[in-house]
Amino acid sequence: MGISVEGANKRFGDFQALDDVSIEVPDGSLTALLGPSGSGKSTLLRAIAGLEDLDSGQVTINGEDATGKPAQKRGVGFVFQHYAAFKHMTVYDNVAFGLKIRKWKKPETSKRVHELLQLVQLDGLAGRFPSQLSGGQRQRMALARALAVEPKVLLLDEPFGALDAKVRKDLRTWLRRLHEEMHVTTIFVTHDQEEAMDVAGQLVVMNEGRVEQSGTADDLYEHPANEFVMSFVGEVNQLGEHFVRPHDMEIVLDPDDRTQEGLVQRIVSLGFEIRVELVLSDGTEVWAQLTRAELQRLELREGQIAYLRPIQAKSFNGSSPSGHGASTPHGSNDGGDAEIPAAV
Amino acid sequence: MSANPASRWGLRFLGLGYLTLLLLIPLVMIFYKTFEDGIGPPLDAVTSPDGLHALKLSLLMVVIAVPLNTIFGIGCALLLVRRKSRFNPVIDAVINLPFAVSPVVIGLSLFLLYGIGGWFAFISEEGFKILFAVPGMVLASIFVSLPFVVRETVPVLQEIGTDQEQAASTLGANGWQTFWKVTLPSIRWGVAYGVVLTTARVLGEFGAVTIVSGSISGQTQTLPLFVEKQYQNFNQTGAYGASLVLALLALITLFAMNLLKRKEDA
Repeated sequence: MGISVEGANKRFGDFQALDDVSIEVPDGSLTALLGPSGSGKSTLLRAIAGLEDLDSGQVTINGEDATGKPAQKRGVGFVFQHYAAFKHMTVYDNVAFGLKIRKWKKPETSKRVHELLQLVQLDGLAGRFPSQLSGGQRQRMALARALAVEPKVLLLDEPFGALDAKVRKDLRTWLRRLHEEMHVTTIFVTHDQEEAMDVAGQLVVMNEGRVEQSGTADDLYEHPANEFVMSFVGEVNQLGEHFVRPHDMEIVLDPDDRTQEGLVQRIVSLGFEIRVELVLSDGTEVWAQLTRAELQRLELREGQIAYLRPIQAKSFNGSSPSGHGASTPHGSNDGGDAEIPAAV
Repeated sequence: MSANPASRWGLRFLGLGYLTLLLLIPLVMIFYKTFEDGIGPPLDAVTSPDGLHALKLSLLMVVIAVPLNTIFGIGCALLLVRRKSRFNPVIDAVINLPFAVSPVVIGLSLFLLYGIGGWFAFISEEGFKILFAVPGMVLASIFVSLPFVVRETVPVLQEIGTDQEQAASTLGANGWQTFWKVTLPSIRWGVAYGVVLTTARVLGEFGAVTIVSGSISGQTQTLPLFVEKQYQNFNQTGAYGASLVLALLALITLFAMNLLKRKEDA
């Protein structure tokens, strides 16, 4: 059950959008496809919906082979980044569209549409046209429209991408709650790791048409499979072959055999969190995340020399990452303190 | 624009002056000339059997050519915008032919095709008269007015994109339902504008229709041909009267579209 894609390949001219991609999305889960632009995440989503034909590979929705089926027969709800509102129809008619296609009777349609408008908090705006709604309202209308036909799965393509930060935050909280109520298998595409971690239980990280890793937010953050995942999911400093999270960088004033010397270039206060930017003797620029209390204890000033001690570091030795969705990093020093030579 | 008032007024004066001199004065002159001797003479000319027949024939051209070119135009625009093919540039260029080629040449080409010795001469030989008859005039009218709906619909189709159509398909609509419920309503103003231009072109067509029709009074004369015949016969009042009818028909078409649009916006 749920959604599964196996060995999906898709080429646009010279561009390999999907390169042997396989994913499993459990029934009733809320999964994020996360990756930079051009990573193939939208193409994968559109292939699941039937809006894009695969060159090869198989799509299974709720145990049923959907490969080659047209979008209209797949029973998916799709929400587009730019809403795809039917501009010439009222909010009511937009939401009722799928029901009219299915030849629902008027009273039932009306009842269902008003239920949905209540769910997305748009009751009272049924007679408006999309041009009279805000971006957030339009996207909620699009969601109601997709949900009206009781889709087997719900697919959202960067649903909050065109909205401003505040609305985006509200909507993602709201989407999470909605999912908790409805339990329809949902995949949503985003390039924003914070959004993915905030909303989704499961994450699939994509890059250059391939799946780099999948797992929960904690899995990806604590046990990244490779350099890409580590740097895409969270902030990272590179020290030679080692990768260190800024909050795993300790700053001390007395050197020892595990510290590296650095010049404090800038101290940026971001409220509770303090960002200390240093340049090492070899010119590498790194930053450490400190609390306000730590900074006060150290009495750090810009322009002074301090010493860095990585508490936890990872290295991804060996060749490029292989194995799709592998959750164990190659040759990692995962979990323990890494030995980082003082001179890199 | 941040131009200073003087240059702004200068531009306005230039624009309005140009339009007045080239468009408004000639049209007002026709109006004036028509009613110089009262309403009687022009009315007589227009309501004469030949005049009425010409009006009827012009409207017949519109009734046949406009729907055909509308259906063809929408289909062709969909093909050009939604189905990417390497033949598209060729199709695109061919559609523009009627704009590029003089109507007289179009008339002559029809003559060569359907006249004696032409490839399609057998149709006439079977007893279905095309030249010097209504079918030939319809063909000429369709030919000259073919590009308008395509040209007006293509940019609108490009602008609306495919998101709404894809949304409709994920909601269960098939191609036909998507077209009627989503695509057509979205492009309707582009199509409507194309229809208005097509109508105006068909009503006003002279060159191609003259050649294939033979301009026989009371038989194969549309309003523009009637105007010309009256003018040649020194019946200038009749010519002006019929011209005025043509201008009025064009205005009605434009007015009808405006009315529809206003109703839509309300």
